[in-house]
Amino acid sequence: MRATALLLVVMFSVGAIAATSDAALDARLKKLDEELRCLVCQNQSLADSNAPLAQDLRREVRSLADAGKSDVQIKEFLVARYGDFVLYKPPVKGSTWLLWFGPFLLLAGGAVVWWSVSRRRARPPRETPGAVDGTAVNAGVERARELLNDPRA
Amino acid sequence: MRSLRLLVPLALFVVIAVFLYLGLARDPSKIPSPLVGKPAPAFTLAQLKAPDQKLSTADMKGQVWLLNVWASWCVSCRVEHPLLVQLAQANVVPVIGLNYKDKVPEGIAWLAQYGDPYKISVVDADGRVGIDWGVYGVPETFVVDKAGVIRHKHIGPVTPEALQNTILPLVRELQKA
Repeated sequence: MRATALLLVVMFSVGAIAATSDAALDARLKKLDEELRCLVCQNQSLADSNAPLAQDLRREVRSLADAGKSDVQIKEFLVARYGDFVLYKPPVKGSTWLLWFGPFLLLAGGAVVWWSVSRRRARPPRETPGAVDGTAVNAGVERARELLNDPRA
Repeated sequence: MRSLRLLVPLALFVVIAVFLYLGLARDPSKIPSPLVGKPAPAFTLAQLKAPDQKLSTADMKGQVWLLNVWASWCVSCRVEHPLLVQLAQANVVPVIGLNYKDKVPEGIAWLAQYGDPYKISVVDADGRVGIDWGVYGVPETFVVDKAGVIRHKHIGPVTPEALQNTILPLVRELQKA
């Protein structure tokens, strides 16, 4: 009787340990699958997609994980076959330099434009010859006055 | 100086327009394969029509060959199929078929119905070899050189233009090498 009870306890605890490590593996695989792109339906991750290829690749990822491969090794395996496209986060390298840093270049460009425009606005208006010529203004005012006083109007 | 500054928006527009125009011509479903220029992934698979016999990539060493990924459930395979049959009749280059995620009787029946352009078709029932070759859609066609290096990958049905302008010239060039 006692032996049976002990056996049951052992069996249940083995089951429980197996279940928790399975849950950990599932969580790890889910996270990994979310970082990998399904190549058929390209706006879905492997975790989201139900395409047959996504199912196959999920199975492949799981068997690689079971074989003790690290996340990095699993990603390398897929990149070797499908290219960087399979990664949602492209690696930083020559061909992706613009992709990674382009937005910051645009931001810097915008900052330069904003700075130069605001500097020009802050400057007091310059007296340019002709446009704000005293005699020309006076002549204009004189002409306006004449028109206003014109009895024909 | 002022007129130069006025040209800046125009220049920006031209740059963006060129990029967008080039983007129009690109098909996002065609993902460039990292395997081009690399040794073809090795496989040893059972032959479709002779299940007790196997074909291995090593058997193809020394000749230029095409690997065509096909399946009886693949509708667009039917589009390219007459062209492959013609190619086989011309006897220019051996075409090996990779029967991808298909059922053997259905594959055999399909070849009986539409004609069999393949020197040999091999069975990749679970798609495992397909993954090694970076297959993500059917049909796909690879050009493999004498040394067993993948030289070209065509995604989607082979068109007469792709065959005449790209695949066959490449095959002839590789055969001379």
